[in-house]
Amino acid sequence: MKEQLEAIQAEALERISQTEDMKELQDIKVAYLGKKGSLTGVLRGMGKLSKEERPVIGEVANKVRESITAALDEKNEKLELLQLEEQLEAEAIDVTLPGRPVKVGGPHLLSSIVQELEDLFIGMGYEVREGPEVETDFYNFEALNLPKNHPARDMQDTFYITNELLMRTHTSPVQARTMQEYKGEKPVKMICPGKVYRRDTDDATHSHQFTQIEGLYVDKNVRMSDLKGTLDTFAKKMFGADREIRLRPSFFPFTEPSVEMDISCKVCNGKGCSVCKGTGWIEILGGGMVHPKVLEMGGYDPEVYSGFAFGMGPERIAMLKYGVNDIRQFYTNDIRFLKQYHKA
Amino acid sequence: MLVSYNWLKNYVDLGNLTPEQLAAKITKSGIEVEGVEYVAENCKDVVVGYVETCEKHPNADKLNLCQVNVGDQKLQIICGAPNIAQGQKVAVAKPGAVLPGDFKIKKVKLRGIESNGMICSLKELGLEEKYIPTDIADGIFVFPEDATIGENVDELLNLNDAVLELDVLANRADALSMLGVAYEVGAILDQPVNLPDETVSFAEDDAVDNYISVEVEAADLNPYYGAFMIRDVEINPSPLWIRNYLMAAGIRPINNVVDITNYVLLEYGQPLHAFDYDKFSSEKVVVRRADDGETMVTLDDQERILSEKNLVITNGKEPVALAGVMGGANTEVTSETKNILLEVAYFNSSSVRGTVKQTGLRSESSTRFEKGIDPNRVKRAGIRACLLMEKYANGKVAAGAAEFDELDRSENTVEMDTDQINKRLGTEMTSEDIVSILKRLKFDYEQNDTSFSVQVPTRRGDITIFEDMLEEVARIYGYDNLPFTLPQGAAQAGALTVRQSLKRKVNNYIQGVGLMETLTYSLTNATDIKRLVSPEVLEKAVSPVALAMPMSEEHKYLRLSVLPEILRAIKYNSARNQTNLGYYEIGSVFISSEKQVSKQPDEQLRAAGALTGKWLEHPWQQEKKDVDFYLVKGIVEGLFDHLDLNVSFRQAKLADMHPGRCAVIEMNEQTVGFIGQLHPALEKEMDLKETYVFDINLEAVFAAYEDTPSYRQIPKYPSIARDIAFILDENIHSGDVGDLIQEIGAPLVNRVEIFDVYQGANLEEGKKSVAYSLLYQHPDKTLKDDEVEESYQEIIKAVNEKFNAYVRS
Repeated sequence: MKEQLEAIQAEALERISQTEDMKELQDIKVAYLGKKGSLTGVLRGMGKLSKEERPVIGEVANKVRESITAALDEKNEKLELLQLEEQLEAEAIDVTLPGRPVKVGGPHLLSSIVQELEDLFIGMGYEVREGPEVETDFYNFEALNLPKNHPARDMQDTFYITNELLMRTHTSPVQARTMQEYKGEKPVKMICPGKVYRRDTDDATHSHQFTQIEGLYVDKNVRMSDLKGTLDTFAKKMFGADREIRLRPSFFPFTEPSVEMDISCKVCNGKGCSVCKGTGWIEILGGGMVHPKVLEMGGYDPEVYSGFAFGMGPERIAMLKYGVNDIRQFYTNDIRFLKQYHKA
Repeated sequence: MLVSYNWLKNYVDLGNLTPEQLAAKITKSGIEVEGVEYVAENCKDVVVGYVETCEKHPNADKLNLCQVNVGDQKLQIICGAPNIAQGQKVAVAKPGAVLPGDFKIKKVKLRGIESNGMICSLKELGLEEKYIPTDIADGIFVFPEDATIGENVDELLNLNDAVLELDVLANRADALSMLGVAYEVGAILDQPVNLPDETVSFAEDDAVDNYISVEVEAADLNPYYGAFMIRDVEINPSPLWIRNYLMAAGIRPINNVVDITNYVLLEYGQPLHAFDYDKFSSEKVVVRRADDGETMVTLDDQERILSEKNLVITNGKEPVALAGVMGGANTEVTSETKNILLEVAYFNSSSVRGTVKQTGLRSESSTRFEKGIDPNRVKRAGIRACLLMEKYANGKVAAGAAEFDELDRSENTVEMDTDQINKRLGTEMTSEDIVSILKRLKFDYEQNDTSFSVQVPTRRGDITIFEDMLEEVARIYGYDNLPFTLPQGAAQAGALTVRQSLKRKVNNYIQGVGLMETLTYSLTNATDIKRLVSPEVLEKAVSPVALAMPMSEEHKYLRLSVLPEILRAIKYNSARNQTNLGYYEIGSVFISSEKQVSKQPDEQLRAAGALTGKWLEHPWQQEKKDVDFYLVKGIVEGLFDHLDLNVSFRQAKLADMHPGRCAVIEMNEQTVGFIGQLHPALEKEMDLKETYVFDINLEAVFAAYEDTPSYRQIPKYPSIARDIAFILDENIHSGDVGDLIQEIGAPLVNRVEIFDVYQGANLEEGKKSVAYSLLYQHPDKTLKDDEVEESYQEIIKAVNEKFNAYVRS
């Protein structure tokens, strides 16, 4: 009987190893281990064995069953894996077909620049202040040392609404308002971005509406060299660490001394080219030391406090940095233009 | 201000500086030189020639055959100019010469006869046509008799001169004169300034009083008026050098008397005016305010209607000049003029500015009065002009000047201190450095150790306070030499305000869901000011805010809605085949609650957007989704959800909106905006496809936003979901039913969602089925089935009662 069992085992293991088919494997299982299976058949004859033989043969029979079962399981697992692999192979898709598009929006180029500037100056300890676009003559002009009939008022032709109300021509009134709010009691360190308006006919370089960012720092012992250092930091962050700045004397009614800031031309590296009109320098912004009358009207004693202010146009920065050649592009909102810069 | 390099050399030593190098130095010191232009390109081989003979060309009526002596040779030249004549000294381009425009002169045959060169006009030599005297505009240029035959014309005609274009800002009126520029350049280069000759020889036996007296009735507008008398002048062309300098400075030469007034104007920055004394018809100059409605004809032959605001020069009876702006036609100097009455005056800048604004006449003279002239140079300029008229118009100058004089010529004194300067600039200058700067500027001063008391010359009327002197010192010291430092004040944290952060958050959200940010104009037209204005804005805006003097009808009103401008952008793109668009802008609208605007309007920040065309397109999977109401609504709902704010939508009929596809957005029972489809009539008018819009009052959103929301307990106990479908009349709003479910189910019903809407087969006509999914949850315990069931039945009953709806089985 023992021989019989061993023969069954050998035969079963052989068949299991031969098969590559799930169904056949199932059949093999039934053929040996099922109710009518050959191993089951042999075991049924165990009753006829003697008392001494029975445990011995029983042990052999169990081993045979275990060995067959293990082989079946192992084979089953192997075949299942193969089957899964086949199935996945069949599920393959064309990965080169285009994906389902996701709508992507983005910021306007000028917003990106304003935000970049805001973050830059916030990092230097400035707060961001805003103010009304419809201003009073007082805050737009008088508080900035531009009394009525001042010749420099011609420099910025203004959209008036009434004799006293106007579309602000710069964001400087926000500075005047902030100084008044702080009542000459604490330092002012702020920037003010926003829309401004001038009586200009729209063309490639003029726009009746544009954006501005101005900065103001008022404290005890503010020096002109601080303005120079601050602007240098700004220019290098905004336009690249290899840019140099140059200050030139200029005139603004609200600052004295006044400066115009140039950066070295990126196109020719200061050698002179058509972009910088041969000078090697490109004008970026205006600024200066806050005029004592402006400090006074803002409630700051010019004997105790001094300060600097500066102002720039994001449009100009965009035109220089990204090569936009027509200011109207910013307000036409051509989708092909907006998309070019929405990552900016 | 156009500054001739050659002219400037008369006053200050420019060393070896090229015009470009000089320009760079001037720019760096504070007056921007916008460009350097040469009067003409180099004309080599163009020389003075003497026309020995001039005969008609045998084969051509309009041509002349000339024999011209050019010094080293004689040339036969054919010339077509009408003014050519024997005995003239002319500019001859010899064969081989190259004229501007790369025009090479060669030997040619004209109608069978050889021509060996060309006799040139000023235009052919490269001078700008507008500056060429009109009487020789069409002909060749004739040199004065003393010109040397064979001499190169370059220098004679100042063709090698360079002109620096100075952009003079409002504070530097002093730089509107050659002398002023000379002082500036002298300071920059540390060079002395040579002043022009002012030594006139007055007639010994003749005084100005014999001819004229001066009366000023408006001393406030005219503190100084001086009249000089120059008799027996000979009107001729000016000497070549005056003409050359005037042309370089952009002024067309006319005759010696007019040219001299212009020359001195440019040299001293002091406007002068020459009257023909014989036409003046009185012996008295009276300066007064014009009478309202009084008229006069100015030099340009225009009749001017005057008012009390205009200052006029009169002969005691009628106006003969508009003070500081333009002379009258009735006293104009002509080629017949014999006796000159020369005016030098100080007119108040605001008076001249007023007249200029009113008449639109802006001239070299008025510009200088407007910006302010040097009180100490007024009379000197008159004397200088007399000298030149004596020399170059053979005039006899009557002794003295008839004057009215209440002019303040005092100098400003500014106190400053070396330490104070260093403290403000961040420099370490010594008092010796300051002294050297003051000397370069040619400012007088008194020094007491580190203190200075500076006497500012009247030519620099812009310097009145310490800060003005600070700028002078800084710019001569050189802005380049200032150190780079950072502020030393106490550090403070910079940050965005809550409102600013929130604005960024809204921007980021809207961009994140796929919309592109636009920037549009705040000023709009009469049609768009009324369009798509949100109801809560319309309610408050009593009248639109309008510009007093708009530049065009297109930009006249301050907008009440951002949408029309966004739609304009969409239309622009659609016309360029860009039809699938999602645009938005965050911008202000301007709401005035006054009938007559007198106060600043309320500036309300709004987020508005418009979507049109296909939102989703995936061609190879045949997926296409047009923009629709629910897309826009989803975006808006998402925004409020993102900000953790509750809003509801109520159907509304608004102007310009599709009457069945429009809703107002409500938050805490206040309208905060609207969404919907544009009215098809408007879409048609604007040539737009189906377009959906939203418009939200961000001020209300910001006000409701909680910066630091308090903690809400995460539910610990399990929830139970129940679904329910109602058969409703199709005109019942699903949302209203949902609201009722929420209301009745509260507080157990945590959430109500619509998951199916059906209309069609198996349903009665006019009915729809709406399925709601309810989520029951209790914060403090596990709900029991019978509690849920009880609430569920209450809901069915309430919905049935209110909407006559029943549960779909």
